[in-house]
Amino acid sequence: MADTPYLLEARNLCQHFASGRGGKRLTVKAVDDVSFGVRPAEIFGLVGESGCGKTTTGRTIIRLYDPTSGTVTFDGREISGGMTRGLRRYLTDNIAMIFQDPIESLNPRMTVEEIVGEGLTIRGVKDKAEVRRRVVEMLGKVGLTNEHATRYPHEFSGGQRQRIGIARAIITHPKMIIADEPVSALDVSVQAQVINLLNDLKEEMGLTILFIAHNLSVVKYFSDRIGVMYYGHLVEIARGDDLYAKPLHPYTRALLSAIPEPNPLTEKTRRRIDYDPERDHKEDYFSGNPVMTEIEPEHFVYCTPSELELYRDQVRGKADA
Amino acid sequence: MPKQQNDTTGNSAIANDIILKVADLRVSFRAYGGRVQAVRGISFDLKRGETVAIVGESGSGKSVSVKTVMGILPGNAIIESGEVRYGGMDLTKVSEEKFHEIRGNRIGLIFQDPLSALNPIMKIGKQITETLRLAKKMSGEEARAKAIELMAAVHIPDPQRRFNQYPFQFSGGMRQRIVIAIALAGDPEILICDEPTTALDVTVQSKILELINEIKRERHLSVIFITHDLGVVANMADRVNVMYAGKIVEAGTTEEIFFSPAHPYTWALLSSMPDLQTKERLQAIPGAPPNMIYPPAGDAFARRNPYALKIDMEKEPPYFRLSDTHYAATWLAHPKAPKVEMPAVLRARIDRMKRSGMLNG
Repeated sequence: MADTPYLLEARNLCQHFASGRGGKRLTVKAVDDVSFGVRPAEIFGLVGESGCGKTTTGRTIIRLYDPTSGTVTFDGREISGGMTRGLRRYLTDNIAMIFQDPIESLNPRMTVEEIVGEGLTIRGVKDKAEVRRRVVEMLGKVGLTNEHATRYPHEFSGGQRQRIGIARAIITHPKMIIADEPVSALDVSVQAQVINLLNDLKEEMGLTILFIAHNLSVVKYFSDRIGVMYYGHLVEIARGDDLYAKPLHPYTRALLSAIPEPNPLTEKTRRRIDYDPERDHKEDYFSGNPVMTEIEPEHFVYCTPSELELYRDQVRGKADA
Repeated sequence: MPKQQNDTTGNSAIANDIILKVADLRVSFRAYGGRVQAVRGISFDLKRGETVAIVGESGSGKSVSVKTVMGILPGNAIIESGEVRYGGMDLTKVSEEKFHEIRGNRIGLIFQDPLSALNPIMKIGKQITETLRLAKKMSGEEARAKAIELMAAVHIPDPQRRFNQYPFQFSGGMRQRIVIAIALAGDPEILICDEPTTALDVTVQSKILELINEIKRERHLSVIFITHDLGVVANMADRVNVMYAGKIVEAGTTEEIFFSPAHPYTWALLSSMPDLQTKERLQAIPGAPPNMIYPPAGDAFARRNPYALKIDMEKEPPYFRLSDTHYAATWLAHPKAPKVEMPAVLRARIDRMKRSGMLNG
């Protein structure tokens, strides 16, 4: 698995937003120097707190924003350059998106059939009966029935609406899906249904998924590898188990220590670790240029050369113990 | 047992002192389609110095029940029956004028969304002193000093300067601290927290939870804590009420609910979400919560419950006593019911929890 080439690769991706003019000009570095890759049929989880840039990363990849700098390649082809008709077509054919809010992301004036079938119509499927047949097939795949096809979004519950969003994403048979917080707006009892559905579809269709979420337990369960973001930077990438067993970057440690566990025996004595960049890093973390470095196979940390030694020791220490 | 736990549970000498008692409360709403039966006969009590959690999904009636306690139900709500006993009064019958003396002064409330709970065009300081001046009849100077003291108590750095700022100048976590400071201004003895950390990030959430526990200890508060997050429940609660479709389906101490849950809905809640060790397929709960205009007969959860008995569909289960503190409303707990074990996945998870608890303890 480790030598499989990446299907999607972001290199030094930056997305800066500017506001104000002249003296009041302000640049927000929403995504700053982010590099990672997603292998075919893999689920890559992107976690972080609100405002860390995880959603912006997903939206920049699918070109809802134009990246400030850096490159993104998909299946060997660069998708971050100038936008042409051909590139837009290539993007929408291959990558689909599932949004967080299942109410906002469905057009209230369109029926489910129109919403789900729109991708086909745009791709030139003229035959109404054919569109209908494939819409019903997709609805079946996501656990809805053909009688739902003629209804409007407001007639559905949150979980069902999210299923409609998923059907819309997969009807064009994309290679990859970017799922931006697909379950966080849903009730706990329904979240598990949607997670299981995404897992089944991934198996069945060989999907590659970039899974963006803030619920760490869900990300851990669902993802093969996880990237942790903090203030626009990707600070650590590792396989799920490695990340939780031996987090290296101080922010990852702080984040993991804050998860409330549904276990009264451990939860009441849980020690929270705080992250304070000025205390937890030496001077050179801010002045020098920390880079993403591979500490052990498949485990990358954003660090300076001096920290690198420390992290290496820690990994070795864990291995001995 | 870990030491810290004694601190939060503690107060065993006065543990039987009931400060608030809700009995057979029924609340419904007049709506376009009919009458929504949001709360259908719930009873629970709050003892002095303890934290009681109410857990459930959206629409289960948990917020409506505490809004009744606070007397802030919207105009289309009808209290059908039941009472809320507090300090010799029935809060469901108290006049609005009388409620002014209770709300904020004796019962404080922390809302879910700290942004909409604060007035965006009023300085933070004034929002805190408002309560002090109105209810405590303090002078401007006194109120200001007290407000700054409260801001320091909820760990707002540099309270003197922050006193003159507006809500937009505060981060989400800081805003929630302000909301807590306002709730504390009237010096209440009961604090109701309605999903106080749902809108916050995990790292901020754990700080706010610590703060609530800290002020609870210092001020000897009794807390009603509403949440849907079982991790937060495990952290905060001494006792837990699990709500589904307007009823409390299971009530017990936190240990009883987590380690020997008896109602299939509690099983489902505990096993449907992954924890950090979960590898196997999730046990999703099929279907969706019922429409509360037409609540189903029998046990409302029966239609989503693979363990449901025939009688669950027809006759509403009473509370079966499992221990002095543990009750569950399911026919499965009836002595003559067929023996049904909780799902193996959940059993494994509970064993794992106990093991890691032993390691830590």
